[in-house]
Amino acid sequence: MSTLTREPTTVAGGVGTSAPRPDGVLKVSGEFAYSSDLWADEMLWGATVRSPHPSAEIRAVDITGALAVPGVYAVLTAADVPGAKRYGLEIVDQPVLAVDEVRYEGEPVALVAADHPETARRAAARIKVEYAVRAPVTDPEEALSRGDLVRHVPVHRFASAGGDALTADVVVTGTYEVGMQDQAFLGPESGLAVPAEDGGIDLFVATQWLHVDQKQVAACLALAPEQVRLRLAGVGGAFGAREDLSMQVHASLLALHTGKPVKMVYGREESFFGHVHRHPARLEYEHGADRTGKLVYVKARIVLDGGAYTSSTPAVVANAATLGVGPYDVPTVVVDAYGVYTNNPPCGAMRGFGAVQACFAYESQMDKLAAAIGVDPVEVRRRNAMTTGSVMPTGQIVSGPAPVEELLSLVRDRPLPPEATGDPRERPGGVANTTRGEGVVRGVGYAIGIKNVCFSEGFDDFSTARVRLSVLGGEPAVLVHTAAAEVGQGLVTVQAQIARTELGVSQVTVATADTSVGSAGSSSASRQTYMTGGAVRAACQAVRATVLERTGRADALSLVDGKVVASDGSVVASLVELLGEGDVEETVEWRHKPTMPLDPVTGQGDAHVQYAFAAHRAVVDVDTELGLVRVVEIATAQDVGKAVNPQAVVGQIQGGTAQGLGLAVMEEIQVVDGVIRNPSFTDYLIPTILDMPPMEVDVLERGDPDAPYGLRGVGEPPTISSTPAVVAAIRAATGLALTRVPVRPDHIALAP
Amino acid sequence: MRVTCVVNGETRQADDVWPGESLLYVLRERLGLPGAKNACEQGECGSCTVYLDGLPVCACLVAAGQADGRTITTVEGLAPGTGEEQLDRVQRAFLATGAVQCGFCTPGLIVAVHDLLARDPAPTDPDIREALAGNLCRCTGYEKIMEAVRLAATS
Ligand code: FES
Ligand code: FES
Repeated sequence: MSTLTREPTTVAGGVGTSAPRPDGVLKVSGEFAYSSDLWADEMLWGATVRSPHPSAEIRAVDITGALAVPGVYAVLTAADVPGAKRYGLEIVDQPVLAVDEVRYEGEPVALVAADHPETARRAAARIKVEYAVRAPVTDPEEALSRGDLVRHVPVHRFASAGGDALTADVVVTGTYEVGMQDQAFLGPESGLAVPAEDGGIDLFVATQWLHVDQKQVAACLALAPEQVRLRLAGVGGAFGAREDLSMQVHASLLALHTGKPVKMVYGREESFFGHVHRHPARLEYEHGADRTGKLVYVKARIVLDGGAYTSSTPAVVANAATLGVGPYDVPTVVVDAYGVYTNNPPCGAMRGFGAVQACFAYESQMDKLAAAIGVDPVEVRRRNAMTTGSVMPTGQIVSGPAPVEELLSLVRDRPLPPEATGDPRERPGGVANTTRGEGVVRGVGYAIGIKNVCFSEGFDDFSTARVRLSVLGGEPAVLVHTAAAEVGQGLVTVQAQIARTELGVSQVTVATADTSVGSAGSSSASRQTYMTGGAVRAACQAVRATVLERTGRADALSLVDGKVVASDGSVVASLVELLGEGDVEETVEWRHKPTMPLDPVTGQGDAHVQYAFAAHRAVVDVDTELGLVRVVEIATAQDVGKAVNPQAVVGQIQGGTAQGLGLAVMEEIQVVDGVIRNPSFTDYLIPTILDMPPMEVDVLERGDPDAPYGLRGVGEPPTISSTPAVVAAIRAATGLALTRVPVRPDHIALAP
Repeated sequence: MRVTCVVNGETRQADDVWPGESLLYVLRERLGLPGAKNACEQGECGSCTVYLDGLPVCACLVAAGQADGRTITTVEGLAPGTGEEQLDRVQRAFLATGAVQCGFCTPGLIVAVHDLLARDPAPTDPDIREALAGNLCRCTGYEKIMEAVRLAATS
């Protein structure tokens, strides 16, 4: 087995190179098949009838008007769901189609299949649902007092036994709010369900986790899991919004009922109702410190609005609680985080979940503390920065690198951007030409955040990889097959890179992800390069061991450029020769080190696998009269352990930073009395190229000895701290408190 | 109704087109050209950008009937041939700089950048940002898209 621990060999396009995306050419030429591009002979189109009310009893559903429309093949309601009427990621509570009541605006009530999408929509409009409207519960505090609790996670840790009085020389308090953000992926929820001869279904969808979809769809259709075969269609972004089911069961039901393939594609408005959002939050914080700014205690109460159904709220609450004080050493911590049910839109996974909301609050607090003791914001953070060996509020020791201070120094020490050029397009208001520079003030702000990587709290987290080495056209070739979802992040590239590095073969194909191979877990929690990367590496190592055995030599140690090379550098055999005995294929299920549940009373426990850190410095120009903000530049520093693909890593950091900027100054789903007021890209604004500044990135590689290649999950950390950094910069420019994100122009221009 | 137009150099015909259909729908669902994308279908994202008689338009905002008798170029028609070497310089620049993640914005952006560089071979950064303000991308934060445009302009 000693061969397994040898250093991996290197080839072009391997680990650590910016290998090109295998799907890149298809994507730039318009040939890549996304889930909304699919087509089948005799295909029908599905449409969904959704509740206009956030809370109502359903008295009656009359489908006769819809059935009478020529071109309609099926109209279905809850009674037509043959299996489980509800589904869910952790808690099975969300109806496939509403049963007797609706609990949020947009809840699916009925389905139509027709031969044209417009026919389906018109028929859907003719379904008459009789509602008895109820007053919705939309205030999370009211929900909490009613006992509509999803989960309470206390994290209580005291510097001395027996608990401490929470007192300190310097105390700063604040209450913060985070609005409801949307993932706003560009590729809408969509897919194609094809009825199969065995009575099952073949489902082509864009999702983050094929196997968790398979399990839920099979239960709702009353089919065996192996009768529900999923294949990943092209995914137009995910960011958490594809973790829960959307059209999967609906299209399958329609396909089974009609015996025809059924395609469903949400429009943008429907998409706002078709997936969960980022939890809005209210966060009350109290930080106590000594006169030098050294933290003594942090006390916090965090309330997250989970909306109508559970989704991933329990994990979001745990993240907010366990990561609630940030990457700092805090002797005494009393954090209580709550997730509640309301009649607001369901909230669940979005990039950085739980950590994003907490970071806005604790970083705002750190700035307040800096002001209270009269030091600069970076300095107060450095004085409290955690390091390797620090103890988290959960009691877990941070075993890997934690270069918090170094990341802060990196963003602080970058040269500041030059003063405005005078080009009106580079001023706040931009092309609208709202100022010539009068009333414009520049500000600089900093923030740093922490995120857990992989699934936590004792979850059995694994990924499966099948790797085959064979000869194709006289050359050795590798086929990598996993069920891991490429959602744009570059996972297909990384899988191929790992295979090249481990097997010394340049010709690598990554098969389309599907359920014919074991689960890979979700493309979320920044976990896929770690987990599926780890699984692919382990499978490659198993393949390599078998190949080396075939040489019958003990000194045959590595695979280089299609050859087996001995320890003295001499060539032992060519792979093509050795593979003459047959292909070598191995399938490996790979796990990270185990985690533990949190103690339900104290919140203590080694719940997380790995911690990741990113720091931001934002520079903004604010038109203080109109309240318009232009972000001038953002500098980011992130520790990625090992940049498996440096170009893709920087792309993740920049893209994540942009989503954090969006939350800081633009993005919010406006919900009034449980009703979404802005379900369109006209009214829900995501950053355009005019809103985004140049982004300077420092990538640190402090290897984590527990992780494959030392890597650290990359996707989420940049989203977490960019929001508070931008807001800190606006505060620096305006002197305003700004306790809510997104910051709107009226928060600045009309501030008392 | 019947819609006839020249798409990517070929005369194409779509029958039984319902008058409410958009050019985007006809391209994607009737002519087998799903390259132009459908991220909003309300003129807000630019993912459906195609050339109509040489001018970039949001195909989702063009009624199918308006396209009758006109000339359309989609992202599928930009490269003179198939294969990586045959790609247009804008397509190559997007690949080289890592400007493609999920790629859903990519077809529309490539047409928009192709048009920009035809009008202005050496755009400044503010010019690039202004020209691409109608094309949303959720994955990249646009930095690598800026790099791609600069690279394409000099290649
Ligand atoms: S799909 Fe046409 S602009 Fe968005
Ligand atoms: S690459 Fe995904 S939207 Fe631009």
